[in-house]
Amino acid sequence: MNSKKWEPRIVAFFCNWCTYRAADLAGISRMKYAPNVRIIRVMCTGRIDPQFILNAFSKGADGVLIGGCHPGDCHYVEGNYKALRRFRLLSRMLKDMGIEEGRLRLEWISASEGEKVQWAVNNMLEKVRGMGPLDLPDHFKEWDKEMEMVKPELSEKVVRNG
Amino acid sequence: MGKEKPKIAFYWCASCGGCDESFLDLAEDILDLVEKIDIVFWPVALDYKRKDLEALPDQSILMTMINGSLRTSEQEEMALLLRRKSKILIAYGTCAHLGGIPSLANQFEREKILEYLYKSAPSVVNKENVLPKIQYDEKGHKVTLPEFRNVVRSLDQVVDVDYYLPGCSPPPKLLKKAFSLLLSQELPSKGSVLAPDIALCYECPRIESKPKDLSIAEFKRLHHTQPAPEKCFLAQGIACIGPATRGGCEARCIQGNMPCTGCFGPTSRVRDQGAKILSALASSVKAKSEEDIDRALSGIPDPVGSFYRYGLAKSLLRVKRIESNNSVESKNNGVEK
Repeated sequence: MNSKKWEPRIVAFFCNWCTYRAADLAGISRMKYAPNVRIIRVMCTGRIDPQFILNAFSKGADGVLIGGCHPGDCHYVEGNYKALRRFRLLSRMLKDMGIEEGRLRLEWISASEGEKVQWAVNNMLEKVRGMGPLDLPDHFKEWDKEMEMVKPELSEKVVRNG
Repeated sequence: MGKEKPKIAFYWCASCGGCDESFLDLAEDILDLVEKIDIVFWPVALDYKRKDLEALPDQSILMTMINGSLRTSEQEEMALLLRRKSKILIAYGTCAHLGGIPSLANQFEREKILEYLYKSAPSVVNKENVLPKIQYDEKGHKVTLPEFRNVVRSLDQVVDVDYYLPGCSPPPKLLKKAFSLLLSQELPSKGSVLAPDIALCYECPRIESKPKDLSIAEFKRLHHTQPAPEKCFLAQGIACIGPATRGGCEARCIQGNMPCTGCFGPTSRVRDQGAKILSALASSVKAKSEEDIDRALSGIPDPVGSFYRYGLAKSLLRVKRIESNNSVESKNNGVEK
């Protein structure tokens, strides 16, 4: 961690047909929500591959927020149910991998619920701030430091023999 | 004397020995093979020592196949040494390729593992609390042990790897093909996995019985059920990792009426095999409410163990996050090994 004060980074995957529009509405209505969220628009929550979420965490996200259409309202009929099923199993798996519950969150937000976007982002930010940084990239670097000792030693040995 | 035969080396790191054994699965073809090559290093079968290997000129070995994942400093040294001596380095088998079963240990802290193995396991009697140390003086003789690392790694997380031969262990057909490909000098592009780049389902003999819409009512655990001999495992509600696994094994497990467990790793289009199969299995559940979904998925009690059985080291998350992992350095200095 550098000396700069830590600010949580939240990656949000918002469905084009509902939550993304709700975020637009929040903007047009001049509702303020935390700037810590990076929104990625997807055509449907059913498009969110769990790899996207793991990738976000492994590249330094402290939290991932998924926003989709209320059950029964999916533009593609069933996409949000697929997202919900993945979310339930992935949440369990993340817990097993030591990633706290609440770092991955799913909210149903329709296009008219601008204030719910504001609430979800701010509320999640507060909770993630309480959990502290996840900071996987630095963990990876830290783990791999233990290998650095071997390389110079060995190359010296090899040069002597070669 | 004719032309010198190409030199080949084999080495094992953290492995069960099955990969070394699998060379013998070539059966009588192994006789043809040893006609064409010179084996210069193979600890499991031949008596060459590390100093013999060190004495070889750099790049003098045409091809080295290393199996097993890496956890100790000695394994890292050997991998680096062999990399230096070899033109082509192949990660042989799923442990070298993806971390394998040993990398499931990445769910536990190093200290906890040592504590269990040397103190608290029911079969251990260790009244004097002896723990392995990296250096020990015995009557003026210095005895050393390699360092036990914090995490398990795949081969390419330690050295540069040219090709991968997947499987637990790689089937003889693929091994034979790899040998003839590499000896013919028609080298595939670097980083290739020497197996077909398609999902196992494409070569599965039960593919016809896989319905378009699975709508799985609930996952059943294998030991609670008697799988039908010719029906797609997923259609029976049994978690099969085949859809997210590379083909090339000719569905060996399926033919033995066991579901795929994913040892061939993902295809080139997938980064994280576990996430992909999680996605495929979870979204095929029929239920729509949270309670019903959880009930249907309760037949998968250990998603990490089921989905990353062979690949936790190479997964996106790599290691279970444990708060004290923050202070890796202080642990390295403070604890006796």
